[in-house]
Amino acid sequence: MLKTLVSGDTPRSPILLAILIVILICLAFAPFLFPGVRSVDTAARICIFIVLVASYGLLLGYGGIVSFAHTMFFGLGAYGVALASTHMGRGFDALLVGSVAGAGLAALLALVIGLFSLRVRAIFFAMITLAVASAVAVLVSQLSTLTGGEDGLSFKIPRALGPAFKFMDGELFGVKANGKLLKYYLVFISCFVLFLLMLRVVNSPFGRVLQAIRENDFRAEAIGYRVVHYRVAATCLSAAIAALAGALYAVWLRYVGPDTTLSMEIMIDILLMVVIGGMGTMYGAVIGATLFVLAQNYLQNVLSLAGESVSSLPLLPDLLNADRWLLWLGVLFILSVYFFPTGIVGRLRGK
Amino acid sequence: MSEPILKLEGVFTNIAQYHILQGVELIVPRGEVTMLLGRNGVGKTTTLRTIIGHWRAHQGSVTFDGQDITKLPTPAIARAGIGFVPEDMGIFADLTVEENMILAAVSGAIDDARLQWLFTVFPALETFWKKDAGTLSGGQKQMLSIARAMIEERALYLIDEPTKGLAPAIITTMARAIKELKDQGASILLVEQNFAVAKALGDTANVMDDGRMVWSGQMSELATNAELQERLMGLSMEAH
Amino acid sequence: MSAAPEHAPTMAKMSLTERLAPHAPILLVIALILAGLVAIPATSSWLTLTVSGLAMGMMIFIMASGLTLVFGLMDVINFGHGAFVSVGAFVGVSFLLLLEHMTGAPNLLWNLTALMVAIVGAMTATGVMGWAFERVIVKPVYGHHLKQILVTMGGLIVVEQLIIVLWGPEEIYITRPEALKGAITFAGAALEKYRLVAVGIGLVVFLAMRWTLRRTKIGLIVRAGVENSEMVQALGYNLRMVFIGVFVAGSALAGLGGVLWGLYQEVITAHMGNQTMILVFIVVIIGGLGSVEGCFIGALLVGLMQNYVAFLEPKAALISNIALMVAILMWRPMGMIPVVKAK
Repeated sequence: MLKTLVSGDTPRSPILLAILIVILICLAFAPFLFPGVRSVDTAARICIFIVLVASYGLLLGYGGIVSFAHTMFFGLGAYGVALASTHMGRGFDALLVGSVAGAGLAALLALVIGLFSLRVRAIFFAMITLAVASAVAVLVSQLSTLTGGEDGLSFKIPRALGPAFKFMDGELFGVKANGKLLKYYLVFISCFVLFLLMLRVVNSPFGRVLQAIRENDFRAEAIGYRVVHYRVAATCLSAAIAALAGALYAVWLRYVGPDTTLSMEIMIDILLMVVIGGMGTMYGAVIGATLFVLAQNYLQNVLSLAGESVSSLPLLPDLLNADRWLLWLGVLFILSVYFFPTGIVGRLRGK
Repeated sequence: MSEPILKLEGVFTNIAQYHILQGVELIVPRGEVTMLLGRNGVGKTTTLRTIIGHWRAHQGSVTFDGQDITKLPTPAIARAGIGFVPEDMGIFADLTVEENMILAAVSGAIDDARLQWLFTVFPALETFWKKDAGTLSGGQKQMLSIARAMIEERALYLIDEPTKGLAPAIITTMARAIKELKDQGASILLVEQNFAVAKALGDTANVMDDGRMVWSGQMSELATNAELQERLMGLSMEAH
Repeated sequence: MSAAPEHAPTMAKMSLTERLAPHAPILLVIALILAGLVAIPATSSWLTLTVSGLAMGMMIFIMASGLTLVFGLMDVINFGHGAFVSVGAFVGVSFLLLLEHMTGAPNLLWNLTALMVAIVGAMTATGVMGWAFERVIVKPVYGHHLKQILVTMGGLIVVEQLIIVLWGPEEIYITRPEALKGAITFAGAALEKYRLVAVGIGLVVFLAMRWTLRRTKIGLIVRAGVENSEMVQALGYNLRMVFIGVFVAGSALAGLGGVLWGLYQEVITAHMGNQTMILVFIVVIIGGLGSVEGCFIGALLVGLMQNYVAFLEPKAALISNIALMVAILMWRPMGMIPVVKAK
């Protein structure tokens, strides 16, 4: 039964399986295992980024398409929820409308971009998506009346997801039984479902055709598969899921802004996670996202400790400065591309 | 009999997962025109490309003038004295005829005497000297391609189907150029589908099939034996 | 059976469109300038904006030219190109700050000398950096576009962080040399002196590149290599050396662009290179990968468009350039002056 749940895509490596189970348990019971605002926040981020990175992996790893527009779709979902909640008032209906609208718009935009990609080379396409995504980010921060501009939008989420709402008296295993707990589980369960959905898609006939196209699009076309249709479909699906991840992110933060949802940094983060984890595998997204978010939050502490120990030496303290964690991640990234072309997952599977 | 200028022994070349050359043996004698014949797709172009280094043989050896060039990079092979006239001509369309020729004069400036001689062989070259090579007709491009290889003296010329798709008058010019090269002492390995040209120019003939050599001998022997032609190349060449 | 008709070929004069087609790119620039004249109410504003647009275009061209040649010749996509812009700016500015006594003096000669020193310093630094970048980061991933994109982005991140390590996280403000401050008035319009200098430098770079590519043997090798690198090697040229040379030159040019851009903005940050890359990419795409002329025209178009639209409707500036890119790609999917590859 477990096999059908993961659509037959088993980890195929005992170590990987063990790691994935550990991650799953930690995320499933995060509010209880790691109580505290910061750790629960980290867990929620990991859930959301797993979905976001996996959706990008669908595009990149299975479709073979390099696109920099992914953060734009993420932002669309986030802003969808934010705008809906602002104009419709707090409530689950606003969340639903916002998410669906965001996902729909993302899919539509992906369709337009996908159709356009027919006319241009893959490299052009990558550059174009970069330009478009940057333009949208700039536009959003400039249309302040609509989108809150640089400062972004804060909005209210349904009362049931807030700290004031108590669905049970007292505590549940030492954690307050309030809306915040519900909010975490909304995020966790949604992400879990979306992830399983992606596993399903990737292992379906559709997914196999995508892989065939990635390997040799000439041949796929010759066999009779309309490559263009499949690629466009993959782009739209991936965009919609990214938007849903964005919607969840907005709900979690109760805030959206250009730098939290649309910035190029997020795109680079996604690339980092994809490469480190294992390009084009769903489980790679899990490992990559977990590692990255943990590093983002806790690497800085490690670096400060290291920095303090060498504080008397020249230059080294600057290199080991906590704010320079991105430097080391960048180095790790470059090394991963060279030495782990199949990512950590690939390594574990013995590729 | 002097050492052959080029020797291929047991050459295997793969392109991706396709095994094209399956143990090619070839000898190109000095100062002669050696034909490489065979139907489409048997590996003639791949053989030439392996010699010049565009594809790498993963087994076997290619020896040029006593030197093992199997693993050398293409520029080194060219500088060792091999000129290459590819099937698609390799003309730089964005450059003028003049610029194509300047580029081909690898060691320095164009030798004017040699250029004048080339103008006598290929008059169109002079006429279109300043024009963009991309505007030339197919036949003129082919002439440019050979002229480019000839601007500097080489010991061995690899020529891939120079008469493909050309009008008879231009074919005559081409054949004459190749003959003049031979008269200068160069060795030529010529891939040709046009059997009339092969008969007229070739001294030795090698026939390929399925990635290996199936017959080697004197051209005169092949030319007069219709049954042999039919067997090796699938149809009677006399019809051409 | 009737006889074949008389052989009487008809010849028609080329229509206007056909005759104009090869010159379409430059005509586009003129058309845009004229459109600006119509759209912008005051002629003096239009003049100022046109000069600004040309200046910006020149600087973007300088930054983009290296990228387009590297891609055209080596088939290498360098998403880290912006790093060279940033480094160039920082090194150049450091030199200028060192030579404050020369830039502070109201003496044009001294100012220009100091500027030259800064430029040479920046170009040397970025040239060396380009050489190292090519050997360490790019060379191992020849032929793999995806890996190139990833690895060069990684390189960009690392270099940006290193800039912060060496120069600190704060932005650095820089004032232009004394004699280059302010503007001259011409036909009622204020034309900033610095921008005129930028236009001048840009033209010099373009003409120098053009001359090198058309009149020197190495230029021929590069142009031929962009078309068909295999054949160039079969002629006997070692393209590896040429590749490295072009990469280093492209990086040095990016450094030059960085210095000029930094003085244009009068502030430099570690991320400035990355920010300019959006416009650089648009220019490279519009111009056609591998074409220096296309890049030049594309850069002028983008610079003009950016300035005109920013004046008329500031928020639409970047979008207008995206629209321009889309429109040009609809017309010519490979860019305005694509290099026809033999592959």
